[in-house]
Amino acid sequence: MNRNLILGLGLSCVVVLAALVSFVWTPFDHTAMNIPAKLQTPNGTHWLGTDHFGRDIFSMIMVGARTSIAVALVAVGIGMGLGVPLGLAAAAKKGSLLDEGIMRANDLVFAFPSLVIAILITAIFGAGAINAIIAIGIFNIPVFARITRGAALSLWEREFILAAQVSGKGAARISGEHILPNVANLLIVQGTIQFSLGILAEAGLSYVGLGAQPPTPSWGRMLADAQTMVSFAPHLALIPGSAIVVTVLGLNLMGDGLRDWLDPKLRLAR
Amino acid sequence: MLRYALKRGLSLAISLAVASLVIFFVIEIAPGDPASFMLGINAEPDTVAALRTELGLDQSKLQRYLGWVGGMLSGDFGMSYTYRTPVAEMIADRMWVSLPLAIYALTLSTLIAFPAGIYAAARRGKPGDMAVMGATQLGVAVPNFWFAMILVLIFAINLRWFGAGGFAGWDKGFGAAMKSLTLPAIALALPQAAILARVMRSALLDILGEDFMRTARAKGLTRRQALWRHGLRNAMIPVLTIIGLQFSFLLAGAIIIEQVFFLPGLGRLVFQAISARDLIVVESVVMLLVFAVISVNFLVDLAYALVDPRLRSRT
Amino acid sequence: MTLLNISNLSLRIGTFKILKDVSFSVAPGEIVAVTGESGSGKSMTAFSVMGLLPDTAEASGALYLEDQNLLDFSEAQMCGMRGKNIGMVFQEPMTALNPVKTIGDQVMETILIHKAMSPEQARDRARALLDRVGLPEDRFPLGRFPHELSGGQRQRVVIAMAIALRPKLLIADEPTTALDVTTQAQILDLLRDLVREFDMGLMIITHDLAVVADLADRIVVMRHGELVETGTTQELLHNMQHPYTKMLFAASNHQVTLPQAPAPQPLLEVSGAIRDYPLPRDGLFAKPKHFRAVKEVSFTLYRGERLGLVGESGCGKSTLTRAILGLEPLQGGDIRLDGMPITTEQNPEIRRRMQVVFQDPFGSFNPRHRVDRLITEPFHTLTDPPKGMARSDLITETLRAVGLKSDDAQKYIHQFSGGQRQRIAIARALITRPELILFDEAVSALDVSVRAQILDLLAELCEAYGLSYLFISHDLSVVRTITDRCLVMQKGEIVEAAPTEEIFAAPQHPYTRALIAAAPQLPDLNQGAA
Repeated sequence: MNRNLILGLGLSCVVVLAALVSFVWTPFDHTAMNIPAKLQTPNGTHWLGTDHFGRDIFSMIMVGARTSIAVALVAVGIGMGLGVPLGLAAAAKKGSLLDEGIMRANDLVFAFPSLVIAILITAIFGAGAINAIIAIGIFNIPVFARITRGAALSLWEREFILAAQVSGKGAARISGEHILPNVANLLIVQGTIQFSLGILAEAGLSYVGLGAQPPTPSWGRMLADAQTMVSFAPHLALIPGSAIVVTVLGLNLMGDGLRDWLDPKLRLAR
Repeated sequence: MLRYALKRGLSLAISLAVASLVIFFVIEIAPGDPASFMLGINAEPDTVAALRTELGLDQSKLQRYLGWVGGMLSGDFGMSYTYRTPVAEMIADRMWVSLPLAIYALTLSTLIAFPAGIYAAARRGKPGDMAVMGATQLGVAVPNFWFAMILVLIFAINLRWFGAGGFAGWDKGFGAAMKSLTLPAIALALPQAAILARVMRSALLDILGEDFMRTARAKGLTRRQALWRHGLRNAMIPVLTIIGLQFSFLLAGAIIIEQVFFLPGLGRLVFQAISARDLIVVESVVMLLVFAVISVNFLVDLAYALVDPRLRSRT
Repeated sequence: MTLLNISNLSLRIGTFKILKDVSFSVAPGEIVAVTGESGSGKSMTAFSVMGLLPDTAEASGALYLEDQNLLDFSEAQMCGMRGKNIGMVFQEPMTALNPVKTIGDQVMETILIHKAMSPEQARDRARALLDRVGLPEDRFPLGRFPHELSGGQRQRVVIAMAIALRPKLLIADEPTTALDVTTQAQILDLLRDLVREFDMGLMIITHDLAVVADLADRIVVMRHGELVETGTTQELLHNMQHPYTKMLFAASNHQVTLPQAPAPQPLLEVSGAIRDYPLPRDGLFAKPKHFRAVKEVSFTLYRGERLGLVGESGCGKSTLTRAILGLEPLQGGDIRLDGMPITTEQNPEIRRRMQVVFQDPFGSFNPRHRVDRLITEPFHTLTDPPKGMARSDLITETLRAVGLKSDDAQKYIHQFSGGQRQRIAIARALITRPELILFDEAVSALDVSVRAQILDLLAELCEAYGLSYLFISHDLSVVRTITDRCLVMQKGEIVEAAPTEEIFAAPQHPYTRALIAAAPQLPDLNQGAA
């Protein structure tokens, strides 16, 4: 275990814990308005202050963590679920039409400015968490496909794969039995990174009003609401922003730490 | 070299053709009838019919696709339904904001990232490296639109060095226009610079482990000389890839930043067009952005060949 | 007078001692070979002299180059020595040159970095140097890039860089290990000539005792970071004192006795096999081109026969091996095992009759599986694989047959040494009792003492199980002892096929003759010292 991993794991656990606890307990009802108590700065009652409707920011941040994590997690799931099999198949049939097709399709998805397409999808099919998930998830597919293919290709050159072929195992079986377990580490690390990118993307989409819709709180929309009030209530912008930074930082540190921890070669090189 | 360029050029043309097909089908087919989509649910049947004729929806899909592509090739992007102005003119106007902003941000990002990455690689494991890596770790985690808000809070609202938003326009002079692009460019550039610096550092560290670096040291080069003379150019290959990806991100990803600063750029145009359901504008701007991404990647491919002689001789 | 005098050199990284009190010297014009198996510290000795040790390494003792102790030098002073007074040649010519700079620039850099002459003079000198190392101007102008050169040519460029300023001492770290035998002979000749011409001292690091005996004036034998024995070549070869030295030389020339092969009865028949690789097209509409790696090769391997296949890199032997294993399709001809055609289609009937042992003891196993799972992978081809007790008995029996213990079955592969891994690879190939085993450079990555043990094991297994195998190798001395008959392959064709002893005693084809002549030979020591 290295310092990055411990720190990253710690930060991520805090966020996940906040999201889980929010299902059973929050200091206040995150939707309860209390106009007389609006725009309070952090104090004993409202730990992180209140917004322009007098809602408790701490409670909103806790519930917002739920939204962020859910969107990013499912988006990574889509990316891995489709991207990894595609990458394995492309590597197993290197140079075939299937490989060409998968890789060209990947290039094509990469050529589209992801945020514009995400906005397009949510605009055409309606704004909401589900469409945000799909929009973010689609761009995770080529990421996982490419990284899986790259790692799998070098494994296919290794002699233990040749030995398995000589023992009569087919491409599908070798991919499952030998290739996948050996690229798993890489996928876990990339998964953490995509997870953090998903949280950033979700925040961006909610910020422009295309993410989760009210009353579901989300960090991005809290920032959008705060924008007009930033001159007299800067904490409205600082707090949700810091929540995003802490989460993404935690996940990235965890990714870096995992990479070093899982790869003994890298551990020596550093 | 020429053959390599031609080959990359051909692949550029194919990518563009496929991308145009995808955009055409997603936009024209997915949401149902474009005319009724654009007019909304309360539209009169007559108005819808009129728009259908105007959009040429009574033609076959192939005819419409060819008409659209043919139009774009001759510079005719069609007419915006909401603004009643040629799309080409609107794009040209907005381009004068988005393109300078992207170039500005990319320049900043490169200027910050290169020295930071080289510095960190040269001092691997030492406090200087740790500090740079810590800063980039933070930079990668900061959402650029939030960073933009913080910049506005500090430099526009408290210090009053810059305006909080809006674009001065190029007719107010180069200085004024650049000044109104400065905060947005910084907001865009810093997170990108953090990524680029990390790539630069790890590319250099990879190169430091290469045999030819040891050969260079055996000739009597100091560590630093070896890094500059042999490391840097070899490390440029992964770095160029990231710069290419970043340019397209900056051009398109500015959409939210333009929102924060009320800049009349392409990103804002596409966002407004989507809200107004002006599919003709959306289609053209998205195609243009895809064109930009693919072209930049083409240029990056050519740059590879300049850096790496192995690519030049390979056909 | 000595040029380099190493006295009581010790080196450690952390608590790990890499070198312990190593002392020897090199005189001007003298070739000193430092030899030993992996982990002996021979390369670290060379890097100590260059001052190119890892930052965490701590050296003690003294390294005198003429009258200056290099260990007292600052890093800046060492930069002034490297390239100027000490030159170095490395093992891997393919990666030792910067791919994005021309060979001319790289040779000139040695001269310019020490500000020895003007750029114009440096250019002339670089040209002269490349001419001297055998890269004439008409074919190798200064503007060539490394990727346009072969491995041997690149090694010549590295040598030109190392001798550019006529250093007093040249260090060569396994300079020919990555090269083919014929190229190796040329590079060794070049080094020898340069030493005589410039009166340099040459410290050559090599594991190959035949090279040592052939080239060196003096020999230093190392083991586990300690100097075992040293002496002039003649003296040491004919009067070895230390048992390790004796063992090392005996193992290098290890001979095994194979049982008599049974009467010829075809097992593997290769007839007119052709394997083409597509090349990138010249233009978009040009006809696709091919590189023919295997050109209508035909031969037969008989049941119970131990057949060798030798050739240099790029001769097509690996491609042929992959085709026989059914990993790559043929473009012409056919390969039959016991009458059944071998194709890339999975055919359990064929798979169960054939197994393979690869070169790399580190890449041959999935690091995530235990040994019992690793060696039973071929069970996949059996319709009724053994289960329960029968399975564990078979695993135990096979592990014992290759000289391992039964409880090794529960270990992971990283817990084994290179030689043990190769035993596990043989166990995997043996467990289904296949009719044919392919050994693809199976002992090439091993140290000589380990290699001798594996060769003994093969001979024992031939006795016990009556193996038939195809032994693919670039190493003539190994093929000579472990095969009955031998095929020589050059540029995709088999140029000679004859009983092994005949080939070595009276090679017919000019290429075979060149190959045997180029291979360095250990002198017949004939002292019965092993």
